Amino acid sequence: MQRIFGIISEKAKQLLSDGTCDRMIGWKRGEFFYDPTPAVFSGAGDLEDFVYDGFCGSNLSKYLIQQSAKEGKILALLKPCDTYSLNQLVKEHRVRRENVYVLGVECRGMLDIDKIRALGVKGIQSIEENGDQLTVHTLYGDKTIERSEVLLEKCRCCKSKEFATQDDLAVTGEPMPEAPADRFDMVKKLEAMTPDERFAFWRSELSKCIRCNACRNVCPACSCVKCVFDNDASGVASKANTDTFEENMFHIIRAFHVAGRCTDCGECSRVCPQHIPLHLLNRKFIKDINEFYGEYQAGADTESRGPLTDYTTDDVEPSVVMQRGGGK
Amino acid sequence: MLKLAIDRLPELFAGLAENRALYLPTEQAGQVEYGPWTPEAKVRLDALNTVKSAKDLFFPQSENLMAFKTQGKNISILDTRKEPQPFVIFGVRACDAASFDILDRVFLAEPVDSYYAARREQGTVITRACFEPEESCFCGVFGIDALHPAGDIATWETGGFLYWDSLTDKGAALTESVSGLFDPADSNELAAAIDRAKAIFEKLPLHDLSLNGFDGDATARLFDSPKWQELSQSCIGCGTCTFVCPTCQCYDIRDYDTGHGIQRFRCWDSCMYSDFTKMAHGNPRTTQLERFRQRFMHKLVYFPANNDGAYSCVGCGRCLTKCPISMNIVKVIKTLGVKEDV
Repeated sequence: MQRIFGIISEKAKQLLSDGTCDRMIGWKRGEFFYDPTPAVFSGAGDLEDFVYDGFCGSNLSKYLIQQSAKEGKILALLKPCDTYSLNQLVKEHRVRRENVYVLGVECRGMLDIDKIRALGVKGIQSIEENGDQLTVHTLYGDKTIERSEVLLEKCRCCKSKEFATQDDLAVTGEPMPEAPADRFDMVKKLEAMTPDERFAFWRSELSKCIRCNACRNVCPACSCVKCVFDNDASGVASKANTDTFEENMFHIIRAFHVAGRCTDCGECSRVCPQHIPLHLLNRKFIKDINEFYGEYQAGADTESRGPLTDYTTDDVEPSVVMQRGGGK
Repeated sequence: MLKLAIDRLPELFAGLAENRALYLPTEQAGQVEYGPWTPEAKVRLDALNTVKSAKDLFFPQSENLMAFKTQGKNISILDTRKEPQPFVIFGVRACDAASFDILDRVFLAEPVDSYYAARREQGTVITRACFEPEESCFCGVFGIDALHPAGDIATWETGGFLYWDSLTDKGAALTESVSGLFDPADSNELAAAIDRAKAIFEKLPLHDLSLNGFDGDATARLFDSPKWQELSQSCIGCGTCTFVCPTCQCYDIRDYDTGHGIQRFRCWDSCMYSDFTKMAHGNPRTTQLERFRQRFMHKLVYFPANNDGAYSCVGCGRCLTKCPISMNIVKVIKTLGVKEDV
């Protein structure tokens, strides 16, 4: 991580001093070693607190909606998966790509501090990375854990080490970690359940929702200027889940709304304070879209029509639901 | 002081739940929240912080206030409140217990909030000392002693026993109802465990966080600080910090059209939301910077200004661990605080 940080810093300094870029969006050192905050840096002389390490899991693409509307060019540090979100936002005319300079930054998979805590590790003070193993120093002694066990879900199922868009790259050239897990593994398990089991699973998860809207606000596909649920005049504005129907439907409707546009960046699940596996709703849609319309990765490009906004004669007929066990 | 062997906790819970509801930290789908005790409940007393705080039991996320029914030209107002029932909360940490004092200052001041007051009156709080704090804990900064929590009854778990000490009349009355389960104990039996934990508390990275520069008179210094811009720039405007916070007490009141009347309810609001305190003319805080600033000014300046200097933060650390962008009150305090003269 030290090496890639050095490479990024050098490139950033150069791009900010030679006039290519006016400012940079990256991560700022946190209070602890694991809580950096997304931040805009005003120039080459402002990089003192800049960090890039195993805890920079946040996807900075959505900030580019606002940032690219400003004057000048912003240097954006994007990990491979983040570049898909940017492409999708460009496709939806949300980001002005010409105002963004993408420095693709190498990523070996980001760590999830909550997964580390869930292993019973308390009072965390620091972490040493030794290849595939992590030594966690805590107030209560040291603990060794496998790196692969505590990757963010989106990294466990890393969709790509390739950048969907970039103006320059910061990479070490070192070999990358092994092939990731199947991102549809849990979706398949859910599909194999009986409807009652599946309902029980989702009720148990969604009843934890506190309607903080973190999933929506962090989602690059949720870029409506005013969400219908925040709009008093919509008649469906809602600040709290008042019954189980609302608990369920908020997330299901949101998943429908981003279907075909969701790049599976995984931010919804990363930020959920209740660890509701919201990515599973999105992945179910992605899996179905792949099966109905052919393999599709949102954000792979900025030009093509999405499967749900396109028509071809090969499209499945609505009756496909009958073959899949739907209907009555 | 009394004590009870840990393996007899289920008997204690059954005893406490006999004539009243008992709420305690329980696990659901991997997360720990205050939930009703049943013999099948997965009790998680080891969890330091529940996701939502214990304030939920006194100030629920949403509740019906009243209903309106229209018949012809007449509107009748219906009191939809249920008769308040006694209940017990077990396992409350010192930080959450201290938050009740802060909520009391808001809801029990004139005019008294009768919904909140009824639950406060019916609820008995049993707290639990923290022997293994997290690195994100900083309750000590606000004068809270996690090893001697407040509440109606305080408890300590060490050496295979639950130690139990009634602190109020309400606590003594509840103790009476389950007294058959306990043996007498001496507070000296706790001394070694408390000393060990004290050493840990002194090692906590935030134990010496300075609040210098934050008080009821700090508005002029802080309000126009240019630093709010960098602090708030990445805030995504979600309500996580406010909803997991034990002291956030803002709420919204809304009418829900049921089709044959109106259900008036209130629900937690968040100063981070774009429609917070929206009025006829619009929203007084039109940017995220202003909304973000409001949250911290309220906790560190406005609240002390109106409440004898008391801050509206108890250092539970929930916002530190839950914020999607890892911005939180500690970073705000460190950025805007005034260095003490050495």
